[in-house]
Amino acid sequence: MKTSPWPLILLAVPVFPIAADQGQALYLWQVPIAALCFLVSLAALAGQGMIRAREWRIPVQLIGVAAGYALPLLLLGQGYQLSSAAGLWLHVAAATLLLWVALGLVAELPRPQNMLGPALFGLALLMLWEVLTRGFEVPRVLLPPPSGILGAFFSHGAELWYDFHQTVVRSVLRGYVIGCAAGFAVAILADRIPFLARGLLPLGNLASAVPVIGIAPIMVMWFGFDWQSKAAVIVVMTFFPMMINTLAGLKSAEKMQLDLMRSYAAGYWRTLFLLRLPTALPFLFNGLKINSTLALIGAIVAEFFGTPVVGMGFRISTEVARMNLDVVWATIAVAAVTGSAFYGLIALAERHATAWHPSFRKR
Amino acid sequence: MTDRLMHHALPVAVMALAIVLIWYLGALWLNGPQVTDALNRSGQDWGMREFVTQAFTMRRPVLPTPDQVAVELYTSMTSHPVGHIRNLLYHTGVTAGAALLGAAMGVVLGILLAVGIVHLRTLESSLLPWLIASQTIPILAIAPMIVVILGNIGFSGLLPKAFISMYLCFFPITIGLIKGLRSADPLSQDLMRTYSATGSQTFWYLRLPSALPYLFTSLKIGVAASVVGTIVAELPTGGQAGLGARLLTGSYYGQTVQIWAALVMSAVLSLTLVALVGAAERLVTRAHGGRR
Amino acid sequence: MPGQDDAREASPPIVDIRHLTLTYQTADKPVYALSDINLTIHKGDFISLIGPSGCGKTTLMRVIADLEQPTSGDVTVNGMTPEAARLQRAYGYVFQAPALYPWRSVERNVTLPLEIMGLPKEERLARARRQLELVGLAGFEKKFPWQLSGGMQQRVSIARALGFEPQLLLMDEPFGALDEITRDHLNLQLTRLWLQTRKTCIFVTHSIAEAVFLSTRIIVMSPRPGRILDIIDCSDLPRERSIDIRESPEFQRIAHRVREGLMQGHSYDD
Repeated sequence: MKTSPWPLILLAVPVFPIAADQGQALYLWQVPIAALCFLVSLAALAGQGMIRAREWRIPVQLIGVAAGYALPLLLLGQGYQLSSAAGLWLHVAAATLLLWVALGLVAELPRPQNMLGPALFGLALLMLWEVLTRGFEVPRVLLPPPSGILGAFFSHGAELWYDFHQTVVRSVLRGYVIGCAAGFAVAILADRIPFLARGLLPLGNLASAVPVIGIAPIMVMWFGFDWQSKAAVIVVMTFFPMMINTLAGLKSAEKMQLDLMRSYAAGYWRTLFLLRLPTALPFLFNGLKINSTLALIGAIVAEFFGTPVVGMGFRISTEVARMNLDVVWATIAVAAVTGSAFYGLIALAERHATAWHPSFRKR
Repeated sequence: MTDRLMHHALPVAVMALAIVLIWYLGALWLNGPQVTDALNRSGQDWGMREFVTQAFTMRRPVLPTPDQVAVELYTSMTSHPVGHIRNLLYHTGVTAGAALLGAAMGVVLGILLAVGIVHLRTLESSLLPWLIASQTIPILAIAPMIVVILGNIGFSGLLPKAFISMYLCFFPITIGLIKGLRSADPLSQDLMRTYSATGSQTFWYLRLPSALPYLFTSLKIGVAASVVGTIVAELPTGGQAGLGARLLTGSYYGQTVQIWAALVMSAVLSLTLVALVGAAERLVTRAHGGRR
Repeated sequence: MPGQDDAREASPPIVDIRHLTLTYQTADKPVYALSDINLTIHKGDFISLIGPSGCGKTTLMRVIADLEQPTSGDVTVNGMTPEAARLQRAYGYVFQAPALYPWRSVERNVTLPLEIMGLPKEERLARARRQLELVGLAGFEKKFPWQLSGGMQQRVSIARALGFEPQLLLMDEPFGALDEITRDHLNLQLTRLWLQTRKTCIFVTHSIAEAVFLSTRIIVMSPRPGRILDIIDCSDLPRERSIDIRESPEFQRIAHRVREGLMQGHSYDD
């Protein structure tokens, strides 16, 4: 097993200042907490090299990483300045490299445990964001640290909830349901009338290459500032993907299986419900998943063109203008979690409905 | 040939005709109340004829007719010189420039990420899940903020817009290319192994050529996305230049005809870029043996 | 013919397999793909591996090609480990499917391994022309794979395997997907090719007639665990063969023995 030599840059940490106190550079031995964290990282680095069993290496490495990431936060808590502390940043870099080695080992673990990899990666990204923005004193109007964003959740909790309610519950869900249902219904109709399908399909493909979102100002003009205009944008945006996917799905039944249904003397509707719709399910879910993202984008962007004084798009555009980036990021976090949860729910439903499909079979 | 024409062109033509018809009827219906008001206030007698002419020629209609939009498109492209701020082509150029720059940056980033993920296991297992999760996030929502942040650091004009369109563009390219680079069939990979080909030989001889169709498919999506990204990025810049700015000023001042013209133009721009990618694809496919 | 055997024994074997075992670890139980295989293949042999699905004939060939790693036992190819032999490009491999690259012309498909080995361009083209002529495809150099029939595509892949002039040719059911008439035709071409080039061939097949027609020796294998049941010598048949040979009593006798072996190894309870 190869071990990467790069985390060894840790050894150079004592040479450089670890922190500064009112412009005075401090070295490792002058700050007890720094010395402690350094020793923990060093011990972990040395220890993991001596352990043979891979699964025991990982926790040891992670302890070393944790010490490297915790130190700047501890130092900041004690009032030191870090922006010129080369030793400290070297320590953080060494911790990150050690994490990379650990991630490499995690990736080789069997199926459920290797999910730890992305979780650790995400956590490390958040930690680095926090440490770097605070350590280098990045202005809050540029990029607030995650802790600041978390703070905004508490200070602006009520507003965020109302925005969520306005944008997601009132606009997105309604527009999504109407748009998907309409796309599905028209596809079924077009499937019965091939002339209609041949006319609609090129139109649908055209719509997928065109910035449909641009109709937002028109919809706001027609349907007013409230949720109706957002729902209308979403309906237009989600209609064509759903229609195209449904049509493709209805065409996906095999010739032989259709012949089989015919040999049973099954009529159009029976064939539709017993064979063609089940075969189309993966396509239907694909459309639903694409649309879940489109719906949220449509609502937020449409709100840039005018809203009652509530809604996620409204919040983002006004708080950006006021330089309240904490709140903006908090709103984006809400949007991100909502989007992922929305997508995840549909994916879960898909898993239940199409468990037979080859893409879910275990190898 | 005529059969094919009848089979495909006729339905599309009928559909287009139906849309135009519905559009005019819609204009009657949506502009109707305002027209009725105005005609009643004028105190003169009026009939169907006056009603229809009024509804189709309003200065600020709720729904402009296709011919109004076409006239607006023509005048906005010809009444001022091309470089002038009041010429629609100027705004189209601004948007196209940012979208192309963004798409180019997105392509580079997308390819680098895909190649990295395909070759580094650690990157695949830790970064890829986040990239996929990021697709479910309404990325466009971040657009105005990125414009402001970059503006604070001192970047304004083209670059923030290009940055956002890059952000929208790289993702489909990364995912498509990962799929493509892995699409080489196992037999061909075994074949490369029996030749004891090196990693880079396998990449250039096998993986990249078999990824090309995927690359072009995702390029089309990426280019269309980069136009959307640029237009949305132009919204918060306060209406200086670009098609997004035209949409925004149009909606501020109720200039519906201007909005529709900008909308048609953005569709044309997007379709042109997608068609260019399609043309490049056909060229490459022809060099690679035509039919796949 | 003892004299011939002596001569064979004198030259070092091309492939030598001793106590080869290969086990796959699956979720519930281990699968014994190959169990205690012993086999020696000499220069100029045409060996057929025959047996029902799952008997490990393809796996055995993939071990020789260093595409699979054995669990235990020794394998040498040209007196080296399979890996060293692969790195020296000691063998050409023909797969079940032609596995031609659709974006390369016929000629450029044949020159592909030569490009990878870094041969100069004129040499590559000359060799491609020679090999395509050998498989009867002169004049098709500029065509693309999709413009050829399945049989022609497979011949291109044989030309590609011959292109870098390996001593050993490994063929994994190369004609399995073709219709019987095309298959007969290609079998005939393959025997001529083998007589002309004097390559050592290992050939995996499902078809008894094909195995008997082509081989100097037939290895009958059986599944669960994958093992060798019988090794049948075909030196009673003349080396130069035509389709009519199938009517001869020797051919019938050997085919019968192969069938016996296959039935003996096959348990029909599953």
